Amino acid sequence: MNDVLERCVALAGVFAPLSIATIGGGQAIIADVQRQVVDVHHWMTAAQFVNTFAIARMAPGPGSLLATLIGWQVAGIGGAVTATIALFGPTAFLVYGVAHLWRRHPEARWALALEAGLRPVAAGMILATVYVLMRGLDGGWWARGVAVVSTVLVLRTRINVLLLLAAGATLLVAVASFAP
Amino acid sequence: MNTPQPAAPPSTLDLFVAFSLVGLTSFGGGLSGRMMVEFVQRRRWIDEEAFLNGLALSQALPGVNVANLSIWIGYRLRGLRGAFASFCGMIVPSAAVIVLLGVLFAHLTQFPVTHAALAGAAAAAIGLSLAMAVTTVQRLRRRAFPYVVTVLTFLAVAWLQWSIVWIVLGGGCISVAVEYLRLRREARGGGG
Repeated sequence: MNDVLERCVALAGVFAPLSIATIGGGQAIIADVQRQVVDVHHWMTAAQFVNTFAIARMAPGPGSLLATLIGWQVAGIGGAVTATIALFGPTAFLVYGVAHLWRRHPEARWALALEAGLRPVAAGMILATVYVLMRGLDGGWWARGVAVVSTVLVLRTRINVLLLLAAGATLLVAVASFAP
Repeated sequence: MNTPQPAAPPSTLDLFVAFSLVGLTSFGGGLSGRMMVEFVQRRRWIDEEAFLNGLALSQALPGVNVANLSIWIGYRLRGLRGAFASFCGMIVPSAAVIVLLGVLFAHLTQFPVTHAALAGAAAAAIGLSLAMAVTTVQRLRRRAFPYVVTVLTFLAVAWLQWSIVWIVLGGGCISVAVEYLRLRREARGGGG
């Protein structure tokens, strides 16, 4: 029981600081989440982390609920609740405060500067996320090929995301069954 | 401007249910688009300009964009309680589903085929992230500075493995300050 409590405290320590580092969408922080969950705390292997990422992507709602799933895997329901509150809570207060202050018109120049200034940082962080996930990905060149084809399909078509994930899964299962 | 407003604003329960439904029926991103269709066009709870202001703010501020946007819309419609109801509607039901999926897959991992399937799904999901990275890079200002910031951020996170909290606080502040000064200079230069 003490162990669970310790893990919950550690989960809060991982996700609460990342709350304010979440810029340009939840994808940006995943490289750092992986570093802390796999390399620092050794809660799971790199391959298990990629699997967790895949399961989170099959679920509905915000992609950042990956934190909830990691919390559950690390410390059960208490961990799920802790990680969710830690990641979503701090910025919720911040946004509420700003919504309250900027009820009428957001301060245009600051909003523009924030967006334009944080976007390149977010781009670098999302690229790092892709790099880290690719490194942990099992399935060799077949899997990397699926990632590249999936990127092109997402950019060029309006393919359904669940269909895309199911197609990737089916292909790798087929490869594993026929070419062991 | 001409969007007809409903007679009474939605109750906090309405907000919770509506945000839950949008959350539970959205997969793999695109949530802000869904919210715009649902709350601006279909239910007509807020007008488009207010929505787009909130969207810009949600993307500019730190935090998960859709959570930020839910708080913004909920606050405008029902104050503090509305913000709380909308936020919980967006997060809690989907969080419950993700834990159920986790339970399901914890049972499925005893079959070797599950591992191959998850690797394939992960590969396709990485494609979603890479597509998002490409879109974000395409939307950078066509100047050297933003690209240099992107490359340095990538190297600091992926190679040096620095904590992103410090990268965002340090690099983000410098980058925002540079953009702020540029906007101010442009406003003056343009006679504005």
